[in-house]
Amino acid sequence: MIEIRFHGRGGQGAVTAAKILAKAAFYDGKYCQGFPFFGVERRGAPVMAFTRIDDKRILIRSQVYNPDYVIVLDPTLLDAVNVVKGLKEGGAVIVNTTKEELDLGFKTYTIDATGIALDILGVPIVNTTMLGAFVGATKLISFDSLRRAILDTFKGKLGEKNAKAAEVAYSILSEN
Amino acid sequence: MVTIGAIIYEPGSTVRNKTGGWRTFRPILNTEKCIKCEICYIFCPEGAIYEDEEENFRINYDYCKGCLICSKECPTNAITRVREEK
Amino acid sequence: MERVDVITGTTAAAIGVKLSNVEVIAAYPITPQSECVEMLAKFIADGEFDAEYIKVESEHSAMAACIGASATGVRTFTATAAQGLALMHEMLYIASGMRLPIVMLNTNRALSAPINIWCDHQDSVTERDTGWIQIYAQNNQETLDSIIQAYKIAEDEDVLLPVMVCIDGFILTHTVEPVYIPDERKVRDYLGIYEPKHAYLDPDRPITQGPVGVPECYMETRKQINDAIERAKEVIKRVNEEYYQLFNRRYGNGLVEGYNLENADTVLVAMGSVCETIRYVIDRLKKKGKNIGLLRIRTFRPFPKEEIKEMLEGAENIGVLDRNISFGLNMGALGTEIMATLRDKKICNYIVGLGGRDITPRNIEEIVKHLEESKDVETKWIGLKE
Repeated sequence: MIEIRFHGRGGQGAVTAAKILAKAAFYDGKYCQGFPFFGVERRGAPVMAFTRIDDKRILIRSQVYNPDYVIVLDPTLLDAVNVVKGLKEGGAVIVNTTKEELDLGFKTYTIDATGIALDILGVPIVNTTMLGAFVGATKLISFDSLRRAILDTFKGKLGEKNAKAAEVAYSILSEN
Repeated sequence: MVTIGAIIYEPGSTVRNKTGGWRTFRPILNTEKCIKCEICYIFCPEGAIYEDEEENFRINYDYCKGCLICSKECPTNAITRVREEK
Repeated sequence: MERVDVITGTTAAAIGVKLSNVEVIAAYPITPQSECVEMLAKFIADGEFDAEYIKVESEHSAMAACIGASATGVRTFTATAAQGLALMHEMLYIASGMRLPIVMLNTNRALSAPINIWCDHQDSVTERDTGWIQIYAQNNQETLDSIIQAYKIAEDEDVLLPVMVCIDGFILTHTVEPVYIPDERKVRDYLGIYEPKHAYLDPDRPITQGPVGVPECYMETRKQINDAIERAKEVIKRVNEEYYQLFNRRYGNGLVEGYNLENADTVLVAMGSVCETIRYVIDRLKKKGKNIGLLRIRTFRPFPKEEIKEMLEGAENIGVLDRNISFGLNMGALGTEIMATLRDKKICNYIVGLGGRDITPRNIEEIVKHLEESKDVETKWIGLKE
């Protein structure tokens, strides 16, 4: 079983990202769970969300404490929260930042998702871009399934734009 | 036997429960003095006052409990009371 | 056509309601409500679902409106949680007393104060004695299936009682996972149209509902409810089988579900979504050569006494997990019921997961260890901070 933890701020779409990733995994023929940290929802406050992916039915219903991957949607969180808390040995972090390199003590991929989102979507909402980056870096699921799950979630033009943003990030991290 | 949900399937079965026997005083309506203002008809809490075919107001003694509100409200004092003899 | 989608527990419930051809929905959409009623409102607004949606001013009124609607002879639904369910309390008795087959989703959440909207079972176990059937689902699939089954059970002429489908707040309501959505036509054919013989509105055949029940008849009405909920056991079992034949899914015998009970000396008893985490731990312990069983109570009311006696006959260590607490007894509702059912067994009650405290696999392992190693059967609180 693979466990993924998303760090974002309320309103940035971390919960939606966790659910889209679950659905994408499902389209890949896997079992999945996607859920928010059961907290108080406030705009701007640090929030977490989780996705579980497995080849067999997922029974565990507690929160995720030892993720395999961490996705950080907002670089300011690096100073506010210990984003690598509980991260498994050999795990990886994908961070939205303009910095080329970060030392978090784990394998770290960086991407300027805010730049991509502003360019393509016109707003600094990076959840779908970061999903593209995650899939590009890990190849844990197919990009086609991610694209399908994004188009399910956002209808029409908005869906296409989000899929495009994901694709740009996917290509950048695929090359690494 | 009690029905499911204690539902009563016989419509209007309450009419079997005659309450006239509760009276200590019986209101008597004098049709000569009555101006047909309908005030007694409106105020009767039991709906025991009705209009007959000649358009005179009558009291149904099967259900009148003898509260005498009609007597109190009548503007022409057309409704008087007499003691029930039991 | 049956399809599968990745959805939350509240979405699964809302789809279950839509498939069940419900005619009147009354709800009060404020915290601690779930998204279920919002989704139903959207289905109706989008023209996907033809039902009357009544926005009311409180949960008390929501239940009152469902009672009124159900008394006219239509299929009704409402949803609530926690304080909302508590506010409905007196109306719950009216619904069961008038024998109205209302179905309600209860999102299990803690009762305030302090203000807490997270999962525990205090809200619904508090309504244990209201004459409502209570089904506790363990995942989103069972949530959808239980809503459909609830109408079949509630409207059965041997039952005619309201049903509460209880799902764990956040743990199921806010988690997406794959759920099979049955074919709409198939569900509608299975449930049919609700045509009550006992409670209806028909000007040509006037009846009186909700009359005075004087001492000469009131006690009989209580006995009738007690008999009906007892008969519901057979109906629930039958519906569970019928559902399996049609939709290929069943939940134990409908009342209880055993897991790995053969040759297990140590058995855990629980309700709701924690049963899946327990199964996860059981599978893990099995690899280490440890044999632990699970008895999941699916219907808290009617309480499956016979099944419990039968299925726990060989068990030596019984641990009962309760996501609720009876103050002044230091036990949970399920613990007291299991002890009343099995009087000569070693049973220990564990209070867990109150107000959203996470129940981790480690907590379950701690319970198993305590059960196996200690003779102490005094109630233990698990996951409590020092």
